[in-house]
Amino acid sequence: MDDTTLAERLARDLDGSFEILVHAHVDHCYAIALRVLGNPHDAEEVAQDALVRAYRALSGYEPDRIRDLRLRAWLATIVVNLCRNRGRRRALPVTPLGLLVETGAEPSADAMFDPASLVSRAEERERLGALLAALPERYRIPVVLRHVDDLSYAELSLVLGRPEGTLKAQVHRGLAMLRAAAAGAGFEELTP
Amino acid sequence: MTRPVLAPNHTIDDAPGALSSLAVAAPVRLADDVLVETGLADRMAPLASPIGTLWVAWNGRGVSEVDLADDGPAAAARHEARCGRRTLLASALPGPLADAIARRLAGEPRVRIPLDLRGRTEFEVAVWTKALEIPRGEVRPYGWIAAEIGRPKAVRAVGTALGHNPVPLIVPCHRVVRTDGTIGRYSLGGPANKWTILAGEGLDPAALEDAARRGERLLASATTRIVCWPTCRNARRIKARNRVPFRSLRDASAAGYRPCKVCRPTALGSAA
Repeated sequence: MDDTTLAERLARDLDGSFEILVHAHVDHCYAIALRVLGNPHDAEEVAQDALVRAYRALSGYEPDRIRDLRLRAWLATIVVNLCRNRGRRRALPVTPLGLLVETGAEPSADAMFDPASLVSRAEERERLGALLAALPERYRIPVVLRHVDDLSYAELSLVLGRPEGTLKAQVHRGLAMLRAAAAGAGFEELTP
Repeated sequence: MTRPVLAPNHTIDDAPGALSSLAVAAPVRLADDVLVETGLADRMAPLASPIGTLWVAWNGRGVSEVDLADDGPAAAARHEARCGRRTLLASALPGPLADAIARRLAGEPRVRIPLDLRGRTEFEVAVWTKALEIPRGEVRPYGWIAAEIGRPKAVRAVGTALGHNPVPLIVPCHRVVRTDGTIGRYSLGGPANKWTILAGEGLDPAALEDAARRGERLLASATTRIVCWPTCRNARRIKARNRVPFRSLRDASAAGYRPCKVCRPTALGSAA
């Protein structure tokens, strides 16, 4: 069921169709939370909290407001806000990638980033996840939304309230920092 | 920091292969947790009690049912049919809820246990809320609840509402007895269980019924000239030599006694 149809059904019968929303979006919410926060336990709490808050919000909305929602971006906004609140409460240990970039360790923009073989193993996927979680939040969140959850830049702009151009630049910078971090962490495959 | 510049022939979307593989699926129970927390599904778990295994159903809004059953799947199926929500079996209640129920059953009056009473009538909820006021170790007749909620003639409806109490023990409908003073029926496995539970709370159900049969429906103190329900904490403090039983509030008033402000004895309506 596409989100427009789902929004229409939620507007008509919230309790009867919220379960469809949960099953359609729980993986998206969890993936965003997991890669922004960097650990499964917090991600589960945030994803659950986000969907429960979504239900409570929808309970108070007029049907027309529910129909007009872009559900995926709206849910991503709730997840991102909860991740940020949590981040403020307990700052993540962040490796100083900024330094790495500014001292020229950033690889050139055309460096290949084709680690399909790399992520064939879950363990290495989690290493990549850890590098991603260590990016500064300003870059990490756009990269997660764009490349982990595959939202469009138009949707990113809705979620983060920044212009698309800014977001493209932040994603680009984020990927570059990630490549640099990957090289530093011994992911030789990433930097031919 | 300088604004990052995109290389001319580098598109920013050409790197995501590895990153999209980071979108792992959510743990299976996460969707269920959300549905339970929002009250769109329930969980049900066993809880040991003196009258057998209780199956307690709950969701994010509160406890929705207490049932007496040997078989969890059967209890869950009944609950699902009654409330229309998917009911998932769990091995145990969440710690804080199990603790709150244990403390409530042990007689702590101020333990808060949220209840999910969606779909119940205003009258039923009023009856159950009033039953919550009856302290452990005391009983009141159906007619008292009817009078207290402002529906003195609805004695029979009070009995029906108590029979439909979805959360027995938590809402202590076992502390409500027939207007004629006999212990009466009980939804949670029959009258024998009502006796067991009341005895466990420190009452002597047989003695209560005997007193009622002798016409001792109210108990007054000859020194204070105050008349109580016989199980009221004030009535139980009256010394044997000062005890004055009455058949009705009218008799007590005629003899110059006033009703206790704690247990508020009422004139009793038709038998229920």
